[in-house]
Amino acid sequence: MNSKRTALNEILINSLIKIAGYSSIIFVGLILIFLVREGLPALEDVPFGDLFGSRWYPIEGYFGILPLISGSLLVTVGAILIAIPLGIGTAVFLSEFSPAWLRNFLKPIIEILAGLPSVVLGFLGIQIVAPFFRRFFDLPTGLTAFTGAVLLALISLPTIVSIAEDALNTVPPAYRQGALALGATNWQTAWGVTVPAARSGLLTALMLGIGRSIGETMAVMMVTGNAPVLPSGLNALFLPARTMTATIASEMGEVATGSPHYHVLFFIGIILFLISLVVNLTASSLTLRSRKRAERLLS
Amino acid sequence: MNLREHSRKMRQIEVLGINLLRLITVITAVPVIGIIIFILVRGLPAISWEFLTQMPRDGMRAGGIFPAIIGTVYLTLGTAIFSVPLGVAAGIYLAEYASDNVATRLIRIAIINLAGIPSVVYGLFGLGLFVLFLQLGTSILAASLTLSIMTLPVIISTTEEALRSVPNAFRVVSTSLGGTRWQTTWRITLPQAMPGVITGIILGLERAAGETAPILFTGAAFFLPRLPASPMDATMALPYHIFVISTSVPGMPLQIQYGTVLVLLVFVLGMNLLATLIRNRARSRRQW
Repeated sequence: MNSKRTALNEILINSLIKIAGYSSIIFVGLILIFLVREGLPALEDVPFGDLFGSRWYPIEGYFGILPLISGSLLVTVGAILIAIPLGIGTAVFLSEFSPAWLRNFLKPIIEILAGLPSVVLGFLGIQIVAPFFRRFFDLPTGLTAFTGAVLLALISLPTIVSIAEDALNTVPPAYRQGALALGATNWQTAWGVTVPAARSGLLTALMLGIGRSIGETMAVMMVTGNAPVLPSGLNALFLPARTMTATIASEMGEVATGSPHYHVLFFIGIILFLISLVVNLTASSLTLRSRKRAERLLS
Repeated sequence: MNLREHSRKMRQIEVLGINLLRLITVITAVPVIGIIIFILVRGLPAISWEFLTQMPRDGMRAGGIFPAIIGTVYLTLGTAIFSVPLGVAAGIYLAEYASDNVATRLIRIAIINLAGIPSVVYGLFGLGLFVLFLQLGTSILAASLTLSIMTLPVIISTTEEALRSVPNAFRVVSTSLGGTRWQTTWRITLPQAMPGVITGIILGLERAAGETAPILFTGAAFFLPRLPASPMDATMALPYHIFVISTSVPGMPLQIQYGTVLVLLVFVLGMNLLATLIRNRARSRRQW
C-alpha cells in the first residue's frame, strides 16, 4: 500500500520535473508568439518601404526604423572596437602571464563589474563620462554615440574577459610545453600557439560581447542623447544617437495599446529578438565545433 | 652573434608586450575600483536613518527612498517565488533525468537564447503576456513574473552544474540501497549540491534586483506616495528610481542621487558577496 503511494508520488514528481525541464522551450516559444502577435500588425499599419525609411518621427506618423538600426550598429561597433583589445588583452594577461595572486585579486573585480546594474553605469555616464568628453573633445553635448560606446565597452568587458579566459585555460598544456621546448619565448607561445588554439572560444567571447552590447538598454538610453537621426559620416560618433533598445524603453510608456506606434515598437522587439537568436546560436555552435576539434586532435 | 642579437630582440619584444598587457589589464580593472570608491564617497553623506525609512517629499527632492527599497525587496522576493522552484527543477531535470538526445539539445539551445534576449525585449513580452493578455495590469505580480523568466537561465545552468559536480558514487550507493531517482536526487544529490544551487539563485536574483528595462512597462511606478498594498499594485523600485531622478526630475539634489545609487549598489553587491562567501565556504568544507 505504502509503496504503491510512493510509486504514484514518484511518477507525479518526475513528470513535474520533466515539465520544468521543458519550460525553457515553452518560454522561448511564448516570447516569440507574443512579440509576433503584437509586432507583426506593424506591417499592415505602415507600408514596408516606410517602415525601413530613414525618418523616425512617430508623432507625425513617420516610422522609419533605419536611424534606430544604424544607431544600434554605430554604438555597438564603437563599443566592440574598444572592448576587443581591452578584453582579449586582459584575458591573455590573466591566463598566460599573471601571477596567481594577481589573478585571484582581479577576477572577482571583473565579476563585480558584471554585477553592476546598467542604470548605475548610465548614471555615472551622465554625471562623469559625458561632461568629461564634452570638455575633452569640445562638443556641444557629451551625450553622444561615443559616450554610449565607451559605457557599452565597459558593460561587455566582463563577458568577453571571462569567456576568453576560459577558452585560453582549456588549451591543453601540451601545446604550450611543445612550443616552449622548441625554444619559443612565453610571448611567442602565447600569441603563436595558445591564442590561435583558443580562437573559436575567443570568437564566442566576441559574439556574446556583441550580443550584450546590442541588447543593452538603460545605460545607452541615458547617455546617447536620444536623437533618432541617420548617421551621415564618421563624425556621427560624436553626435547624439538613438538605439533600438532605447527607443522601445523611452517610447513604450507613452503609446496607446494597439496603435501603429505600439505595433512598430514591438516590431523592433522582433528584430532585437532575431539578432540575439543569431548571435547566440553562432556563439554556441562555435563552442561546439571547437570542442569537437579538440577531441579529434587529442584522440 | 646574429643569433644572440635575435634572441635579445625577442626578449625586448616580450618585455614590451607583457608591459602593454599589464597596462591593458589596469585600464580594465581600475574603472571598477574607481566606480565603487567614488559612489561610496559621494553617496555616504546622504545615508541616514530617515533616508532609508521615509517617504519621498517635495517631488522626490527631499525625504527618503523607503518605497523604492521596499519595492525592490518585493520584486526580488516575487521573482524568487516563481524562478527558484522552476529553475531548480529544470536544472534537476537536465542533470539527473535528461538523456543526451535531440529534445535535450533543444532545451539547451532554448536556455542559451533566454540568456541572450535583451532585457527590454523581456519588458515587451511581459507587457504583451502578463499585463495585457492575462490582464494583471502593471503590477508587482506582472513584473516579478517577467523578471523570473529572465533569471531562469542563470538558475538552471548553475543548478545543473552544481548537481553534475556531485560524484557519481553518491547516486550509485543510493540507488543500490533501493532509492528511486527522485529519492536519490532529493535526499542525496541535491543536499550535496546545495551551496552551488544557492549561489546560482542569489546571482540570478541579484540580476533581477538591478534590472530596469523589464519592469519599465510591467510594474514600475514613477512615484507612489504610499507602499504597495497587494501584488496587484505597481511599485517604485531602486533601479527605476535612479533612472527617474537622474533624467526626469529637474533640480534633483545630487546627494540624493548618489545616495540612491549607493543603496542599490550595496543591495546588489551584498548579494554578490553573499554568493561568493557561500561558494568559498562550501568549497573549503567539501570532503569529496
